[in-house]
Amino acid sequence: MANFENVTVETDLLILGGGMSACGAAVEAAYWAKKNGLKVTLVDKAAMDRSGAVAMGLSAINQYVGLKDGANSVKDYVDYVRNDLMGVTREDLVANIARHVDSTVHLFEKWGLPIWKDEKGAYVHEGRWQLMINGESYKVIVAEAAKNALLQSGVGQIFERVFIVGPIMDGDRIAGAVGFSVRENKFYTFKAKAVLAAMGGAVHVFKPRSAGEGLGRAWYPPWNSGSSAYFTLKAGAEMTCQEVRFIPVRFKDAYGPVGAWFLLFKSRATNAMGGEYMVERKAELENWGPYGRVKPIPANLRNYLGMLDCTEGKGPLFMRTEEAIQKIAEQYKDDEKAYKKKMKELESEAWEDFLDMTISQAVLWAASNVQPEEKSSEIAAAEPYFIGSHSGASGAWVSGPADLQTAGTKNDYFWGYENMSTVKGLFCAGDASGASSHKFSSGSHAEGRIAAKAAVKFILENNTMPKVDQATVDAMKAEILKPMDTFEAFKNATTDSEINPNYIKPKMFMFRLQKIMDEYAGGVTSNFTVNKAQLERALELLAFLKEDSEKLAASNLHELMRCWENVQRMWQAEAHVRTMLFREETRWPGYYFRADKPKIDEQNWLCFANCKYDPKSGNWEMIKRPIHRIF
Amino acid sequence: MPSYVNPEKCDGCKALDKTACQYICPNDLMVLDKEKMKAFNRDVAMCWECYNCVKICPTQAIEIRGYADFVPMGAQVTPLRSTDSIMWTVKFRNGMLKRFKFPIRTTAEGSAVPDGGFESKGDINSPALFTEPASTGMAEVFTLNK
Repeated sequence: MANFENVTVETDLLILGGGMSACGAAVEAAYWAKKNGLKVTLVDKAAMDRSGAVAMGLSAINQYVGLKDGANSVKDYVDYVRNDLMGVTREDLVANIARHVDSTVHLFEKWGLPIWKDEKGAYVHEGRWQLMINGESYKVIVAEAAKNALLQSGVGQIFERVFIVGPIMDGDRIAGAVGFSVRENKFYTFKAKAVLAAMGGAVHVFKPRSAGEGLGRAWYPPWNSGSSAYFTLKAGAEMTCQEVRFIPVRFKDAYGPVGAWFLLFKSRATNAMGGEYMVERKAELENWGPYGRVKPIPANLRNYLGMLDCTEGKGPLFMRTEEAIQKIAEQYKDDEKAYKKKMKELESEAWEDFLDMTISQAVLWAASNVQPEEKSSEIAAAEPYFIGSHSGASGAWVSGPADLQTAGTKNDYFWGYENMSTVKGLFCAGDASGASSHKFSSGSHAEGRIAAKAAVKFILENNTMPKVDQATVDAMKAEILKPMDTFEAFKNATTDSEINPNYIKPKMFMFRLQKIMDEYAGGVTSNFTVNKAQLERALELLAFLKEDSEKLAASNLHELMRCWENVQRMWQAEAHVRTMLFREETRWPGYYFRADKPKIDEQNWLCFANCKYDPKSGNWEMIKRPIHRIF
Repeated sequence: MPSYVNPEKCDGCKALDKTACQYICPNDLMVLDKEKMKAFNRDVAMCWECYNCVKICPTQAIEIRGYADFVPMGAQVTPLRSTDSIMWTVKFRNGMLKRFKFPIRTTAEGSAVPDGGFESKGDINSPALFTEPASTGMAEVFTLNK
């Protein structure tokens, strides 16, 4: 076996991940740990300053409820989320985040995040729930508070560049996690009384539209590899909404954000003929139950109307930036100086929107000589992503808070600790927890805080160190390092290490997964459409892929991480395919369309479609769970 | 090659244990060629163009060349990040130049105080988190069963 030093770390609370949720968890946990004499350890596969989905920055905070100003109520936010997800939402979870998210945003501001203010000192809204920010250093600032909280209090320890592979268990209780350093030959065993999974969603499960260099220009970052889903599945946790992928419609190819254009600048989107699909296809909305009649129209239905135009050959679709900017500036047309000033301001706002969070889109504009005030830009549906924090919903099935249950919800939604999965001691937040969409960056941070406080309470009430069987850890170490052994054993069998009949390298393994998902599970080239036979074929091909994952090979630590990232993606893929197969209807037509069950079926499928993998038997169980309202 | 390194400017961070770009890259792409003492991006098709290596490089040796499979050639977007603001120079394919400057933070680097000056109630059994209810701006945290 490859020669790796063993490092064992014992802690009370183990936080996995370093993004928004993990930073929220760190800030919160440090306070309660200090008060109760506990230790907290955070493990990030990258550098916290720039890790996770907000690594590049953001130009807006997408969840701010505005409770203190009476702008909205918690119920308003719950209504918005439930409708956007076509009725499939855990109201208790969404309400819990909504009641805490403003607090998180107020903390961001104190830490140094510049939030736009109007002349009266009020936050500038992009939309009803969205605040405009100067967010280039958003993640740096949030990570700084998390690091200060853990390190200055003396309760915490941070490991960067350690990649977590999987969970270690003590019977039905989580006991910790194992992984390896991507910088030196060290194998890590973290033992903990509670574990908080916050390792993001999944990208590159599906084939992206760009297959050359642009492969990396995913909308969500390419380093989100399904680590959370894999970790919770392998621990035996029940998962929810694994079918609810998200397909963002963004500026084509570079995936620049459209929120500011639609909400702040009030831009229209039109097709090649100048027609407006949101107007011309309004009648189609009637086919989608009560959700087609709500405002705002659910994201997946907006997608769907645009997709129908493209399928009928009416593409490309354009964001009418020139029209939107002219319309705003027109109000100043009688005053040349004011007009010029306004145009300058709008131009700067438009460019900052990209430069803060999707710099590639600014590169593409500059490379195509696009000035948004003069010319429209193309928009298009991207590829599917797994992102429970945005408009998808996939993640673990977690307990809600005690005080947000009703007599009708508590038996199904509450089992002791907020955000604890069905595995004892395993907590989830952000993209790791499901059925609580639209938490975005701020809500993910708030949810990390919620989960961390609950995890500390769990530790205080279950204050024993779980038993870890060393033989099991040794076996996991051998399994995790196997790709390096495989490479060493066979590397001289051919003259080019990339092609070898004895093994498969992680990149080709990823492409194989992406091709299966693209063609049989409703990717871009199958127009996001599936049926039973295709999904069953996907499972057949995934089974071969799973067998071949035993033959993954890594020539160095970086490739070893890539091997395991792609195994994680494969597990996310399987959970997705199984759940699309289970749900015999089409509920989110702009995310995926089940051609053999083309209608929404409120009578049989207004419910959660959950799944669970049994690590002992290797069997999957599919479970229907009821939807209850709390308001 | 999304991010690329100018060999004339890169000094391998003077042979310190790791280069700045290697430290920061969220996708573990930047590495140091120890023979040449120059950094390089080892897998350009996995680069998100997040610009974190560009922003952190002490010698401004790293730039971005837009994805070759869909971006026309000739543009350049260059940041200059200081402790409180960032200046962007956008060079168009046709030669036009635009410059933008935006604030990045309102406090001194490193100074973020975890509780933001808000008091905490400190009850592990209440719905109130660390800093709440003060940080919510409300007298108490919303609950259903009151």
